[in-house]
Amino acid sequence: MSQQKLMAIPNVVTPNQPVLFNPEICNGCNHCVEVCQIDVYIPNPEKGKPPIILHPDECWYCGCCANDCPRPGAIIFNWPLQSRGYWKNKETGKIGQV
Amino acid sequence: MTTWHDYLKKEGQPPSWPYPIRFEEEQEVETDVLVIGGGIAGCWAAISASRTGVKVVLLEKGDTVRSGAGGPGCDHWCNVPANPHSRVDPDEWAEHMADVPYSCGIGLQIQCREDWDTLLEMEQMGGKIRDIDDEYVGAEGRYDDTKLMISPRYGVKHNLWPEPGAGEPGFNPPEERSNVVIRIWGSTFKPALKKECKRLGVKIMDRVAGTSLLTENGVQGERVVGATGLNSRTGEFVIVKSKATIIATGGAGDLWLMNTELCGMSSMHPRTWTGEGLVMAFKAGAEITNLEMSMPIGIATGLKHKWYSGAGDASYENVPIVDANGKRLPYPIQGWEDAGAMIPAPDVQAKIAEDVKKGVYELPFYGDWPSMSDVERRATWNLMLGEESTTKIIIDTFNRSGFDEKRDLQQSYKFIEGAGLPQWRNGGGNFMMDWDLKTNLDGLYVAGTQLVGGQDHSYCAATGRYAGRKAAAYVKEVAQGKVFRDQIRKEKERIYAPARRDSGIEWKEFHAGIARINQYYNSEFKTETLFKMGLGALERMEMEFVPQLYALDPHKLLRTIEDLTMLEHSKMIMQASLVRKASRMGFTRIDYPDMDPPEWNKFLVVKLINDKFTTRLQEQRFWGNMKEEYEKRNADYEGVYKGD
Repeated sequence: MSQQKLMAIPNVVTPNQPVLFNPEICNGCNHCVEVCQIDVYIPNPEKGKPPIILHPDECWYCGCCANDCPRPGAIIFNWPLQSRGYWKNKETGKIGQV
Repeated sequence: MTTWHDYLKKEGQPPSWPYPIRFEEEQEVETDVLVIGGGIAGCWAAISASRTGVKVVLLEKGDTVRSGAGGPGCDHWCNVPANPHSRVDPDEWAEHMADVPYSCGIGLQIQCREDWDTLLEMEQMGGKIRDIDDEYVGAEGRYDDTKLMISPRYGVKHNLWPEPGAGEPGFNPPEERSNVVIRIWGSTFKPALKKECKRLGVKIMDRVAGTSLLTENGVQGERVVGATGLNSRTGEFVIVKSKATIIATGGAGDLWLMNTELCGMSSMHPRTWTGEGLVMAFKAGAEITNLEMSMPIGIATGLKHKWYSGAGDASYENVPIVDANGKRLPYPIQGWEDAGAMIPAPDVQAKIAEDVKKGVYELPFYGDWPSMSDVERRATWNLMLGEESTTKIIIDTFNRSGFDEKRDLQQSYKFIEGAGLPQWRNGGGNFMMDWDLKTNLDGLYVAGTQLVGGQDHSYCAATGRYAGRKAAAYVKEVAQGKVFRDQIRKEKERIYAPARRDSGIEWKEFHAGIARINQYYNSEFKTETLFKMGLGALERMEMEFVPQLYALDPHKLLRTIEDLTMLEHSKMIMQASLVRKASRMGFTRIDYPDMDPPEWNKFLVVKLINDKFTTRLQEQRFWGNMKEEYEKRNADYEGVYKGD
């Protein structure tokens, strides 16, 4: 770690990453790039790879990229920490969270 | 490697802009009907115009397949009194719905008369409107003959608050319900609408935002003869010459919201709701009203918890709310037992808050999904929330994380997240229009949520379909207008100025600056002094900071142009607020507290004449007799589309 060369880059915007791509399943078809009305993504310069999340701060969490992905599991929604809902098991009282 | 900084670390440099850069290059298109905004209203306008045989161009900021507030889906087709199970007369129901202040009988009459036909056309195109797979057999409100599913909303009464006796046996008997709201599979709609646009030959220009209207000879108040647009990927300038133009953009979702990050805008509206349609029409000389009205955002500021875009309440149709110990709360459940009442009456709300402090109820509250019958639970979880706009991804995420609606109570954020700030507001004004959904400008029509009284998904669909029909009839009678080159030159100057700079003020800070002015000078506390200070602050933004705006790429350029719209819009609101010397719904002045005194109990209508801000007052119910006026103008209406 101490020998690693570091770049000076600005703070990462919030949310950091509204979705997670699974590169094993995603084939870089860029359907999500087209479906997104905000242009949160741009195509990856390397063909066949998942898109790059360029504007995570503009995501409005409509979910269309994940809902309409032709390869289920390639995009997993990744709610920002402050928006992860809670629940409680009615019988045991055990608390769960997204 | 999917984030920007991952890429940077790996490649040692940021990715190149992935689209060709065409700043200032022009693309010119000529058409009969131009539709600006490809959401629900815009797609319907394009389809209905195109079906009459005229040429149509559609400009859409995102991609038409899922764009707009209704892009992800929709769970209720409201106000459909012409459906076969309805127990109310469409004309009477329209009158009933319009019987509130600052409403609009025109749009409601169109909706109540035509949105059943509209829904049937949606089905023709491949939208799912019935339980054809028999998933919900036995659910209350499901009709086995038609497989339509009536919603509990607007049951025997049409009230937000529960009526006395709600929940008691016989309160909302099935045989007496209005049956005017239908549950639908709205996630199937938008792709079907885009497909139909393409089939009909509509020229869809995705990623192009409308930026200004072109008027005959460039004169404000003259006929609208086209529009300009900006491609947010390439920066290309688009010029559309049209015989008629339909504005079908959404409203403005973020005039008072300062934070552009964290939860996105999430003001229950898409990030793309930035008010262009209304502001470009105003600048062209169109009449605008209701500008002074704004309300605190009750649900769905992205700054609160995002369940249903931020609502703190798990109370969805028929889901009972219980406290931390399982004690049932006296909340309405938007369900069969309370005839679809949506919120507790203010006194009930206050009593619950008091009881929480006394320990009668313990926080947090929960939605008690396990207590529901299987079919009703599925109808709410899978159908209602699975099909309603942004909630599909929410239920999917809950289930993927281990939530089981048959077993688990879903937490509500009522009280524990606090109330929304009164400075977080929704507002922005509406178009004035006539019975053809035509504005005061020749050649300019309007549809959807920016109409006076603009409402829900089916309202946008029905009014879009209607405006498309009327605009198509108009273009058959007129020649192409003359576009004035100097108007285009000035618009290009305006649009590309920020792209010529690479330092100064960027769009996000500028946005926050305007929102702050609106929060300080036009929110809960309204006085002449504050409005004047607000106007001064906005003018300073214009003089001092607009010349410093910069945009590094076409995407940021569009965001910057949206900020310029936001600035104009905020000025319009501040100016209209100064004019109304009385209080009204959504506008409580400290210095003029009288609510709707007779001389002010009217619409305040504004427009520009020679760039001068002018106003007039318009009587409420300006639309006349709804049934007669509608029938007078629609004797040739042919009902459901019968194919090409």
